[in-house]
Amino acid sequence: MSRPGFVLDVDRSTPPLLFWHGEKFRMERLPAGSRVVYPPEPVKALDDPDAAIRDALLNPIGDSAPLPALLEPGMRLTICFDDISLPLPPMRRPDVRQRVIEAVLDLAADAGVDDVVLIAALALHRRMTEAELRHALGDRVYDAFAPSGQLTQLDAEDPEAMMHLGTTDRGEDVEISKRAATSDLVVYVNINLVAMDGGHKSVATGLASYRSLKHHHNVATMLKSRSFMDQHHSELHSSNWRMGRHIAASGIKVFQIETTLNTDTFPEQFSFLQRREWEWGAKDRATFLGVSRSLDRTPARLARSIFQGIKSPHRMASVQAGEVEAVHKLTTENLYRQQLVEVQGQTDVLMMGLPYISPYNVNSIMNPILVACLGLGYFFNLYRGKPLVREGGVLILRHPTPWAFHPVHHPSYIDFFEEVLAETTDPLKIEADFEERFATDPWYIHLYRTSYAYHGVHPFYMWYWCAHAMAHLGAVIVVGGDVKAVRRMGFKPASTLQDALEMASDVVGRDPSITYLHAPPLLMADVK
Amino acid sequence: MKALLFERSLSRFAVARLASSVAPGSGARVGPLRLADVEPPALPGPGWHQLRPRLAGICGSDLATVDARSSRWFEPIVSFPFVPGHEVVGDLEDGRRVVLEPVLACAARDIVPPCPACARGENGSCERIAFGCLQPGLQTGYCADTGGGWSGSLVAHDSQLHTVPEGMSDEAAVMVEPAACAVHAVGAAAITDTDTVVVLGAGTLGLCTVAAVRHLAEPRAVIASAKHPEQRRLATGFGAGAVAAPSEVRRAVRRHTGSLAVDGRLTGGADVVIDCVGSEASLADALAVVRPRGTVVLVGMPGPVNVDLTPLWQREIRLVGSYAYRHTTFATAFELVASAQLERLVSALYPLEEWRTALDHAVHSGRRGAVKIAFDLRQGPRPTRKAVTTH
Repeated sequence: MSRPGFVLDVDRSTPPLLFWHGEKFRMERLPAGSRVVYPPEPVKALDDPDAAIRDALLNPIGDSAPLPALLEPGMRLTICFDDISLPLPPMRRPDVRQRVIEAVLDLAADAGVDDVVLIAALALHRRMTEAELRHALGDRVYDAFAPSGQLTQLDAEDPEAMMHLGTTDRGEDVEISKRAATSDLVVYVNINLVAMDGGHKSVATGLASYRSLKHHHNVATMLKSRSFMDQHHSELHSSNWRMGRHIAASGIKVFQIETTLNTDTFPEQFSFLQRREWEWGAKDRATFLGVSRSLDRTPARLARSIFQGIKSPHRMASVQAGEVEAVHKLTTENLYRQQLVEVQGQTDVLMMGLPYISPYNVNSIMNPILVACLGLGYFFNLYRGKPLVREGGVLILRHPTPWAFHPVHHPSYIDFFEEVLAETTDPLKIEADFEERFATDPWYIHLYRTSYAYHGVHPFYMWYWCAHAMAHLGAVIVVGGDVKAVRRMGFKPASTLQDALEMASDVVGRDPSITYLHAPPLLMADVK
Repeated sequence: MKALLFERSLSRFAVARLASSVAPGSGARVGPLRLADVEPPALPGPGWHQLRPRLAGICGSDLATVDARSSRWFEPIVSFPFVPGHEVVGDLEDGRRVVLEPVLACAARDIVPPCPACARGENGSCERIAFGCLQPGLQTGYCADTGGGWSGSLVAHDSQLHTVPEGMSDEAAVMVEPAACAVHAVGAAAITDTDTVVVLGAGTLGLCTVAAVRHLAEPRAVIASAKHPEQRRLATGFGAGAVAAPSEVRRAVRRHTGSLAVDGRLTGGADVVIDCVGSEASLADALAVVRPRGTVVLVGMPGPVNVDLTPLWQREIRLVGSYAYRHTTFATAFELVASAQLERLVSALYPLEEWRTALDHAVHSGRRGAVKIAFDLRQGPRPTRKAVTTH
């Protein structure tokens, strides 16, 4: 039985605590009285994941027949899967997608289904490289489907590849992959790392075009999603659910397969990351010192390469298949069980150490916009009930925030940072004044379709993801970041955590309550 | 009278060039320029007047001269020693306040009949700038016979004078000459209302050009490049729809023109690029962001530069020089100064005695949030005029 999450009250005996700082680590001594929210320990993994997958396919949840009953010769079968943005970090082989897809393909072969196409559900993300696809799907699947063109990646800018299915009762356009929309069965293979993932969002977002996405990937939706990790209080989910139900009503049959992974996130050489500091043994301390000092002397590019090479040992903790909503309900319960930590009350100052990776810089550079999105978007929204930090409070992030961009993956991010943020950081103004031009820019579209670039509109979505936090917070302070980059985003730079706390006192007073969200490994605060 | 005198001294010239290559602006300390007591220049003949400067601007070409960075192209068309300063508003003896049009063309040189360019009214293209009654000198401020604005007195010909309207401040009037350069450049660009125009550089000339583009044409979009925050603010204020840092200008033009790119180079680009810098980098940028068969207007004074002209050839780009102006340009320049309130570009005035500080301020004006630095010659005793002599 793994230990649950835990809130530590810092006192004089509390040792310095580990903060992520991009590709580095920092030890910080927090003021007495501060709280530290630790993640639960990893839940037990499935002993036999392949058997569990097969069992899920044969014994579906909700209003769905077992998968074999849905398969028949002559049918069109489309298998969609989550892209490179999941899981984080990428997991050791075999990836959970490989396990699930191989199981689905075995059943399809048994049923005599010939017309099978695999689609990487990119939405507006960058395309995956061959190596990334091989890692996710395994060589057997790749070699069987890629050469014949049956392994594809969604091209949401190809009008021939998309199909408009009408609008929801709220007037939201629903436009998804034509191959999926014209299939007899869509099997969606999900990895649910956080509660935002999965459900109707899989098809309604993962297979959708800009025309469709803009109905929920916008500032108003984000401001009404509190949080977007809590489906029942998330307009992002409400919109996706409307679209998902519209897709179902259009006659498209979706067989949903959702998986959760445990939070055994980092390999043995980073084992100290999985333990609480006061429980570190001699080996943990020695490992930490060795790793930390080496990283401090390692050039940023090499450090990035080392960390991007990490393959996580996390393992499958649950798998459920069948009807979308029933499946997602159970998935969310499983996820909450392993991530929720009960926290009493909000805090004046919330601190986070941000790691080297976010969903959108796998094998890439964590540019400043992604730093903002990880802190103010993803981590800030890791709450249920109410935000961990009070309205008007201060968020302190630790990250080097380099003014650096991956020129192939993030071309429109560079322009967004240079042009848009130089003019305004207000999400609403940005959306009104700039989004359409970036979204329809033929160069970005060309790069998205033919290279490995995120779509031109993607940096806007990253910024919108921050909108709720920006509206809620009194100030955002970034410790140890590139000063110009931090200021460009409208945040305040600080050299040390002490300086940041001093600056925070201008906003929240001299004796604020302080909480440190000790993640990753991931957790979600259940704020009472 | 006091005057800043630029003398022919090869050794000082060499030292200034060396020093300025390390620290721009240091030519003022070690170069051929010095503050001297000199006689006011003699009137070269009929139609000439003594002009007592009120304000005299410091131009980029002046700074290049002081730093010994000017092209050797100018050697046969200047005469030493000369008093720099060609952006001048001053008083005539009859009390008229005038702006100097510094070009020393056929009329000023008493050449009859005038050369074909002057006959067409294109004084800036005069073919006789080293001939006639004056020693060589393309402009006042580079001619040994006329003196220049960085002094208590110079001489000016009728053909060089433009009366300042009532109510126009000296600060506005001293901006008329650079404004005339900008007006002339916009004319050379032949901008249409469907054009995207890029203005590279946001010093005095760049900002005047942005203002002139908006005053004289109605292009679809104006994009400016500016290094410093104050320059960005001013460029926006003068009507640039987008302002990008020099390192960002290629991407900015790509975005605004919807161009594609190949290996970092635009496939399309802006219809017109007006280069108000004239450096190797700015010329390369200009050729990189102009569309095929587009126009690059070179307004900033270039020196010897190493630029790959392959795009000019392969994309059939029109490269147009823009130097000075026509006599008639000044009427439009007065209008532009008034309507765009260009006097706001005058950031600091210095007495002649503080010339080193003034030049240092001018060299680092952008970084220090300034644009136009000028000498204020309104204080102190007025020099005595010499008797009329003829050459």
